[in-house]
Amino acid sequence: MTKYIIRRLLQTIPVLIGVSILVFSLMFLIPGDPARVMAGEGASEQTIENLREKLGLNDPAYVQYGRFITSAVKGDLGNSVRSGRPVMDEISARFWITVELSIYATILSVFIGLIAGIVSAVRHYTLTDIFIMIIALFGLSMPNFWLGLVLIQWFALGNLPFGMDMPAWLFDIVQMRPSGWGESWRQMVLPVITLGTGGAAIIARMTRSSMLEVIGQDYIRTARAKGVSERLVIYRHALKNALIPVVTVIGLEFGGFLGGAVLTETIFAINGMGRLTIDAIRQRDFPIVQGTVLVISIIFVLVNLLVDISYKFLNKRIDLN
Amino acid sequence: MSVQTEKVTNATRSNPRVEAFKTFSKRLLKNKAAVVGGLVILFIIIVGLVGPFILKTDPNAQNLVNKLQPPSKEHWFGTDNFGRDIFTRIIFGTQLTLKVGFLSVFIGGIIGVVVGIVAGYYGGMIDTITMRIMDILLAFPGILLALAIVSVLGGSLINVIIAVGIFSVPAFARIVRGSTLQVRKLEYIDAVKALGASDGRIIFLHILPNIMSPIIVQATMRIATAILTASGLAFLGLGAQPPAPEWGAMLNEGRTYMHNASHMVMFPGMMIIIVVLAFNIFGDGLRDALDPKMKQ
Amino acid sequence: MTQQLENILEVNNLQTVFATEGGEVRAVDGVSFVVPKGKTIGIVGESGSGKSITSLSILRLLAKNGKVNDGEILFKGKDLLKLTDKQMRDIRGNQISMIFQEPMTSLNPVYTVGQQISETLIIHKKISKQEAMKQSVDMLKLVGIPSPEKRVKQYPHELSGGMRQRVMIAMALACDPEILIADEPTTALDVTIQAQILELIRDLQNRLDMSVIMITHDLGVVAETCDYVAVMYAGQVVEYSDVRTLFKNPKHPYTLGLLNSLPRHDVDQEKLIPIKGMVPSPHDMPVGCRFAPRCPVATQACHTKPPMLESIGNNEQIRCWMYSEEWDGDSEVTLYGEKRTVKG
Repeated sequence: MTKYIIRRLLQTIPVLIGVSILVFSLMFLIPGDPARVMAGEGASEQTIENLREKLGLNDPAYVQYGRFITSAVKGDLGNSVRSGRPVMDEISARFWITVELSIYATILSVFIGLIAGIVSAVRHYTLTDIFIMIIALFGLSMPNFWLGLVLIQWFALGNLPFGMDMPAWLFDIVQMRPSGWGESWRQMVLPVITLGTGGAAIIARMTRSSMLEVIGQDYIRTARAKGVSERLVIYRHALKNALIPVVTVIGLEFGGFLGGAVLTETIFAINGMGRLTIDAIRQRDFPIVQGTVLVISIIFVLVNLLVDISYKFLNKRIDLN
Repeated sequence: MSVQTEKVTNATRSNPRVEAFKTFSKRLLKNKAAVVGGLVILFIIIVGLVGPFILKTDPNAQNLVNKLQPPSKEHWFGTDNFGRDIFTRIIFGTQLTLKVGFLSVFIGGIIGVVVGIVAGYYGGMIDTITMRIMDILLAFPGILLALAIVSVLGGSLINVIIAVGIFSVPAFARIVRGSTLQVRKLEYIDAVKALGASDGRIIFLHILPNIMSPIIVQATMRIATAILTASGLAFLGLGAQPPAPEWGAMLNEGRTYMHNASHMVMFPGMMIIIVVLAFNIFGDGLRDALDPKMKQ
Repeated sequence: MTQQLENILEVNNLQTVFATEGGEVRAVDGVSFVVPKGKTIGIVGESGSGKSITSLSILRLLAKNGKVNDGEILFKGKDLLKLTDKQMRDIRGNQISMIFQEPMTSLNPVYTVGQQISETLIIHKKISKQEAMKQSVDMLKLVGIPSPEKRVKQYPHELSGGMRQRVMIAMALACDPEILIADEPTTALDVTIQAQILELIRDLQNRLDMSVIMITHDLGVVAETCDYVAVMYAGQVVEYSDVRTLFKNPKHPYTLGLLNSLPRHDVDQEKLIPIKGMVPSPHDMPVGCRFAPRCPVATQACHTKPPMLESIGNNEQIRCWMYSEEWDGDSEVTLYGEKRTVKG
């Protein structure tokens, strides 16, 4: 086990270095002169030259990378081309908003996904199962930004389909104010649903197939042969085994939410890292883009590392079979 | 005598594959959902290819007097903020959606399959290095990798195809590598090798045909993901540029008018769902038919 | 041998079917046998003969696509097929227990050995967790597991295959059942371990005075452990007799074939003679005797009319035309190099 953790930690290092190289080289993928692109149209030659100097674009690539990585390790990701503020400051002001959103979305998708998946597996090939799986397929196939727009249309603007009226309590719960994120948990409801629905669908499908596989195992037959009731066979003997592979998806989902927040934050005007990224892309503020992409990827890699280790830990008993 | 033996081995070699294909198509046809999914895909492709010629109207024809009209007999899906017919735009947009879906998966698939086979077949350092590179690509969660690539290349349909293509590479590479490792272990590969077959011959004639099923399933599922990702990029204004009738871009335009013209958002969104759903269902069906073990 | 024994289990005309892609399949078709109290009965046959399905039918543990169509399974006079699910659960693991072929996969990987043995005790005896754990230790001791106090806290993956099968036995016997069904309990184990497990089952049977149904494909296991034997072929019992008679004077051509394809030490054999042909597919059963296509002495009647399981003599039943009044072949036949007179 310790050996596995050490090996897995060592494996993470080249990945992190690779990620940093890739993020760094984004700058070189910019067609034409990066300084000119960043300076924007109509900038004077002098401005462009100044910017080039400031970003150190005149140095050879490896020198630039060396500078990039050494300051990145120290927590310095350069300065924003637009505001001139350190990238790290811009990010840290918004970091928790996105992480919080992603955590809630993860909780929601795990909660709903597990329940739906278990019910579906227990009643497989019944109408309930078919119904849940159809809903899950829709959840999987729906662009989450579209779902967000529909939710705004229905609940925030109050235009429910078929001219339905929204009960006051429901309005209270889902009411969304475009600005002032963080005042209360209510404002998170719609964004979290928007972000988490696809994930819930994935977990539901995965839990179902995992449960069905476990139900076919020999030890389930043993439990039945012992006289264990069907309910306990499912909840005591099958579920615990079936959940182990589902754990792996949770890490992937969390990361996906961090990335997907780009869309959700744009729709709901939430001032998180995703919105920061999009605004930076529009303003050609590449140091910010590099910074957010780097930070999100590093979190993702670390979360997956944790998930892999816990999976290994949970799976240790099964592994040898 | 030797000719005869040749014939026999040929027959025994091709027969199992024909048989496998027969059982596969039988199982696929039995799966009603998959058949419906396949038919919807077929229908969408036909609409994408033929639709623009039948309609003969200009998807960008503006008519400001008629702007933001709700669905009616003249305008089935209503009109947008420039008075353009949304139905026409959606039909014309079908081609863009399919182009993004198929081309990006084609690009990502080719690269991914080559990487996966090479890594799985040669193993050792090549395997370690290529798979680590795939890990690096996978370290950018969700839409982020495609977003980063498009952000530097600039927003356009072709750049979205490239970005989503690259985004698809690791998924293919991993699956293909896994399948290659399994096939490589089979004894007959050793036998063919002992007979002096070149690596290229073994890969193309003996490994590739044996791992086609997971590749096909993966490609179908990836098209769904690719369409979703591309529409997300377009929604952010990083895909096909206006006035292209790209569905995601239409959603982005419709956002502003949602309070009084929700049809601008509803119809393109539903089209995306239908197409993505069709590919997902068809992919599920393919997987079940190709690998019945996965289905209980 | 003639003394009348009380039968604890009676299986009459059991018929189990499975719904498959190619239509309904009769995996067990009219199986009958009795299990005398305190004795071991072997059910022997090739894979696919329906012996495991028979045992799963008794405990009503068939997979979802399988069901018992006909027949009765009388346990102490009560028909198990007529019980409610709840009543059936009270019998499973309590009065009738079962152990399986694959000890590696038959224990739940996420619970300790102790938890799994305790569960049976808690369900059926309604005792506390602590008490159940104490009895679990005793059970592990009973099945010969060294340092049971330590083992009880271990997970299945920490035990060897033989150990796991002992744990399975401990679990099965925890509630002191009247019947133990052992479905190929030694097939997946090493040869040396096999002997130990069989020895253990035999020893515990004597001590606990229970009946054992031993499902196996191995006539060696039958010879070593069983009092009575039912030979199954293609979903039917073709011969039922006590074990001595079966080995000394096998009657059914299939039984003879099985014995002849085994190397034996007690008699001189010129060579081993395999049974020709293959087990018929359940989708395509012969109309007459199911063994007829492979039988060296099959006649016209054998191919057209299915024989019944008939009693001949004391405690012996045979499903073969050769031993009936209607036999239309020679009165003296040669079976696997052995002359025998079938009808006087």
